[in-house]
Amino acid sequence: MSATASHSFFTRPRLIIDVIKPLLFCFLLLPSLLIIYAIFFDPLLLGANPAEAILHHTGDWVIHCLLLTLAVTPLRRLTKWNDAIKLRRMLGLFSFYYVSLHFLAYIGFDRLFDFSDLAREIAKRPFILVGFLAFLLMIPLALTSTRGWVLRLGGKTWARLHRLIYAIAILGIVHYWWLVKRDITWPLIFALVLAALLAYRLFIIMRPASRRSVARGS
Amino acid sequence: MTKDLGPKIPASEITSRDIYLSRRSFMGGTLAVGALAASSAWGVTPANALTFSQTAFPKPADAVTDRALATTYNNFYEFGTSKADPARNAGKFNTKPWTIDIGGEVAKPKTIGVEELLKFDLEERIYRLRCVEAWSMVIPWIGFPLSKLLAQVDPTSKARYVKFTTASKPDEMPGLSYRVLDWPYTEGLRLDEAMHPLTLLTLGMYGDVLPNQNGAPVRIVVPWKYGFKSAKSIVRIDLVADEPKTAWNSAASNEYGFYSNVNPAVDHPRWSQKRERRLPGFLANHDTEAFNGYGEQVASLYAGMDLAKFY
Repeated sequence: MSATASHSFFTRPRLIIDVIKPLLFCFLLLPSLLIIYAIFFDPLLLGANPAEAILHHTGDWVIHCLLLTLAVTPLRRLTKWNDAIKLRRMLGLFSFYYVSLHFLAYIGFDRLFDFSDLAREIAKRPFILVGFLAFLLMIPLALTSTRGWVLRLGGKTWARLHRLIYAIAILGIVHYWWLVKRDITWPLIFALVLAALLAYRLFIIMRPASRRSVARGS
Repeated sequence: MTKDLGPKIPASEITSRDIYLSRRSFMGGTLAVGALAASSAWGVTPANALTFSQTAFPKPADAVTDRALATTYNNFYEFGTSKADPARNAGKFNTKPWTIDIGGEVAKPKTIGVEELLKFDLEERIYRLRCVEAWSMVIPWIGFPLSKLLAQVDPTSKARYVKFTTASKPDEMPGLSYRVLDWPYTEGLRLDEAMHPLTLLTLGMYGDVLPNQNGAPVRIVVPWKYGFKSAKSIVRIDLVADEPKTAWNSAASNEYGFYSNVNPAVDHPRWSQKRERRLPGFLANHDTEAFNGYGEQVASLYAGMDLAKFY
C-alpha cells in the first residue's frame, strides 16, 4: 500500500485503486443486490423456483470469485502488473460474502433453520459435506484477511495459511460436480480453469530456483 | 409395509378390497366407461382450445400453480438442461401432423393420430406434480385415462409392461446434440400402473392444448410418481413382456428406480425426499406425501413389495 498523504484522485488517479477496484467492487456486489431486491420485491424475477435460483446464483459467484482470486498471481507474473495484488483481498472476501449468502440460503430455504436436520444432511450427503467443509475453511481466511493479521502471523505463516484456498476451490468444484443431475458442462469448465490456475503454480515451483522471481505470492 | 409407505397412510386409507377388485375388473381389458361415468356427469365447459369435463378425482388442497410458471420452468432435456431452456427452445418443434404407433404384445396394433385422441371424452384432472428434485406444482391437465386407449389395441397375455418412446427430432430439439441421456427418451410402467384410472393420457393443460415445452402434443401424467416418469411428446407405445429400459434409470440406476413412486421414506442418494418446495414458494416446508397423496388409489398396486428396494 503506497498511498501517500498527498494522493488525490483528481491530481493523480491510479488505475487499480481509483478505477478498477471500485468498478470491480460494484460489479461483484450487483448480483447479490439483485437477489436481495428480488426476495423482497419481486421473487418471480428469479423464475418459478426462486429459492433454487438463489442457491445456484450465489454458488456460481463463490466459484467465480475464488477463480478470480486465484487468477491474480498468474496475471501478475505473466503481465508484470504487480499492482494487481491490490485486488486479491477484495476478491477473496467476495468469495466469502457469497459463500455466506449461499450457506444462509441453504439453511433457511432448504433446512428451515433446523440445525439438527442440517447436521443430519451434512453427515449423510457427501456433496453437502464437501461444500460445508469449503465454507468452514474459508472462515479463518476471511478473519485473517486484514493487514493486522498478516503482521501478527508473520508473512510466511500467513501465506501458508492462505494456501488453504487451493483446497477450498477444489472442494467447491467437487461440491458443484456432485450435485448436478446429469449435465456436467459448467462444473467441467470451472474444473479446467482451476486446473490451469493450479498447474501454473506447479510450473513455477518446478522451475529451477535461480529463475524464480522474488515475489512468492500464493 | 406401512413403514415403507411412510406414516402418512394409515391402514384404514389403503384401498378397500371391493374397490381394488372392481379396479381389477376394470383393468381386465373391456372399454370400461363405467369407471369414470360418475366423474363426467357435469356439463361440458368450452375452453380456449379443448372441450373437457371436470373429474370426480380429488384435487390437491393447494391452489393451482400459475400457468406462466408451469410453462417456463420445465425439465425437458431434448430442449436443453436448464429449466428455462424448453420454453426458449421449443418454438420450432413441429407437432402437426402427429401419430402414436401402438404395438408390441397386442392383438390389434394401430397408429392413431392426435386428432383422433382429441375425440375421446376429455376431462380435467388437477394433479400435483412432484419432481424428483423436491419441488412440486399443481397443474390442471386435460386428457383421458390411458387405459381407454390401451383397451383398443387388446394387449395379449404376454404384455406385462408398457414402454413409451418419445420424439427425437434433432433439427427441432437442440438438446439432442448433447448425450446427457440416451435418446430417444424412453419411459415405462407396469401394465397395471398404465391401466390405472389415474394414469392420464394428456393432451392439454390450463384449458388449452399442451405447450411444446410441456410435452405437446401428447404425453402421459402419472401423478403418484416423480415427474420424469411422465413421458412427454410420445410417438410410440409398446406393450412388452419384460421391464423396459428407461432413460433416467439407464443413466443412474441407483438414483432413479424403475418405479420411482413418490416416497418420503426413500431419499434420493444426494438429497432428502421428505419435504418439498411448492413453487413458487421459497421454503421446502411441505411434507411430501407417500404416492404424492394418491396412496388411497394406488397403494394396493404395491401390496407386499418392499418400496425401499423397488424405489
